[in-house]
Amino acid sequence: MNTLTPKRLTLYLLLAPAILWLLLLIILPHVGMGMISFRERIGPGEFAGSLKQYRTFFEEPLYWNTFVRTAVMSLIATIMALVMAFPVAWTIAKVAKGRLKALMLAATLLPFWASELVRTLGWLILLRGSGVIPQFLAFIGVTDQPVELLYHDATILVGLIYSSLLFMLVPLINALETLDDSLIEAAYDLGGNRLNILRKIIIPHAAPGIAAGSIMVFMLTLGNYLTPVVLGGKSSMWFTEQIYTQFITRFNWEQGAAFAFLLLGLSSVLVWLGLKITGQRFADAMRRT
Amino acid sequence: MLNHKLKLSAGAVLAVFAFHAQADEQVLRLLTWADYAPQAVVDQFKKETGISVEVTLSNNEEMISKLRATGGAGYDLVNPSQDRITGPAKEFGIYQPIDLKKVKTANFIPSMLESTKKVTGLGGKVYGVPLFWGTDGLVVNSAKSKAADYSDLCKPEYAGKTAVRLKRPTLIGMAFSMGKDPFKAYANPKQYEAIMTAAGDKLISCKKNLKYFWESKDQLLNDIRNGEVVAAQMWDAGGWKLNTENATIKFIAPKSGALGWVDTFAIPSKAKNLDAAYKWINFISRPEIAAKVAKSAGSFTAIKGAENFMDEVMKKQLAESFPPAALKNIKWYPAIPAGLEEVDGKVLDKIKASN
Repeated sequence: MNTLTPKRLTLYLLLAPAILWLLLLIILPHVGMGMISFRERIGPGEFAGSLKQYRTFFEEPLYWNTFVRTAVMSLIATIMALVMAFPVAWTIAKVAKGRLKALMLAATLLPFWASELVRTLGWLILLRGSGVIPQFLAFIGVTDQPVELLYHDATILVGLIYSSLLFMLVPLINALETLDDSLIEAAYDLGGNRLNILRKIIIPHAAPGIAAGSIMVFMLTLGNYLTPVVLGGKSSMWFTEQIYTQFITRFNWEQGAAFAFLLLGLSSVLVWLGLKITGQRFADAMRRT
Repeated sequence: MLNHKLKLSAGAVLAVFAFHAQADEQVLRLLTWADYAPQAVVDQFKKETGISVEVTLSNNEEMISKLRATGGAGYDLVNPSQDRITGPAKEFGIYQPIDLKKVKTANFIPSMLESTKKVTGLGGKVYGVPLFWGTDGLVVNSAKSKAADYSDLCKPEYAGKTAVRLKRPTLIGMAFSMGKDPFKAYANPKQYEAIMTAAGDKLISCKKNLKYFWESKDQLLNDIRNGEVVAAQMWDAGGWKLNTENATIKFIAPKSGALGWVDTFAIPSKAKNLDAAYKWINFISRPEIAAKVAKSAGSFTAIKGAENFMDEVMKKQLAESFPPAALKNIKWYPAIPAGLEEVDGKVLDKIKASN
């Protein structure tokens, strides 16, 4: 086959699935959603163009609050994931050698063989009032009685960080591996100490990896549905939950579509801001993922 | 070589089409609740009619959402609750009228059939026939709690040990326990909104008392089993399941009345295999089959004579939970007019967001 067709055709054919994927599964549905979000129900099965859905969002403090809450908690989760993943990535990329390195990489990947749902339910078993950790805390006398550790905002954060840590680790490891060790040695020779080597050499070198990991983790947590629903409590609102509710239980596709677009806008703006502030280029960050 | 490959792939394509054509004739695509189509019953149906049943599990809201997305295509038969039929039928056109001539109506308990015909009637046509009925009430650990009505869940002595679902039945039940009648207000949106807002405020003040708003049945049942929850709003089948395991856990009809639902057969407007749909309805409505399904679902049927095949344990549980007065006091859901759910939605959101 290959000898019969020109190279160009092969290229297009190879690209075709990706382009079709983009067009049919991402662009077209979004155009449809966009159109739905700009209309309003005026009677049974009758609709008219309107900005009502977006107005509702701005006029109803409930939706606003959920929106801001989701964004802030996702940011916190991203920063904490970065802080937790960095030493691990450093160890895997620079300290561990040979088999140990492979073993450590495998250990970080292994939990992801189980589905996200199973991993989240695992936290449920650990943290519930009659679960492992509260019982243990009561047993060693830290608390008088087993306390309920589930259904708090902190619980959601734990779940979010846990489920997205890998996506921070991989780009970080990639970025740190390319750092030439002799640079660090040279810095020590020139009188650098640990802190300013970290600040002036390691972090700038790893910056595209940090940006890539942060973008991925932020997007994943912002769009996460399962973790906040399973681990969240009575007052925990997550914006994706709002979208689901509007579509599925309220039959209000118009409102749901508007919310979906607002979320898309929010994540785009925040990622753009993050890149601007840290002086990173999107293309560099994407190459690291 | 190429030729050979072509032949092979042509053969594969043909095989797929043939399979597809065959599938069209012999499959009933059923959208229903968990346990409404147990495997044994599906197998027996296949044996008798040659039709295999493709079961998709769902709930009331998802049934409507799924059918709405396709304009009523994709399934041949659905089991929505009777109050959720005329609204979506009018609004989204997802259901078609049922041809009662093709249904063996003699199999049904006449009073239930008549009531469902009325509730699912639209423009002189009937959109549903009844299958199961059940109630929403309270599951109580009688050793640790004396809760007798929805409002008791807010009592301080049960702080942190009660749970409700954050769904409309909870609002409706709370409204009844406050002495109001939201069903009467269905036709009057203003009045309905006032009642629901009051019920919502009650739940907001009660929120501290609740352990959580439960989402999954299994989560709640587990916590009742291990004593973390002592009283909760729940439907009867779940309560009786626990009662079978542990007699101190009981399902009780709240003083202000249990909420009664009826699940029905309804046919989507673009159903492909109508013949199979009617065959399934008539198959399930045979008393011995209905009793089998009822046992798997833990509910009671609208089928005449099914009680003769019913489990003794279930009959006893029904009698214990529903003394004659409580049975009479069941508040049956009338058809929900379109748009009413928006009111519920806003109130539910407010409860969730409050501190």
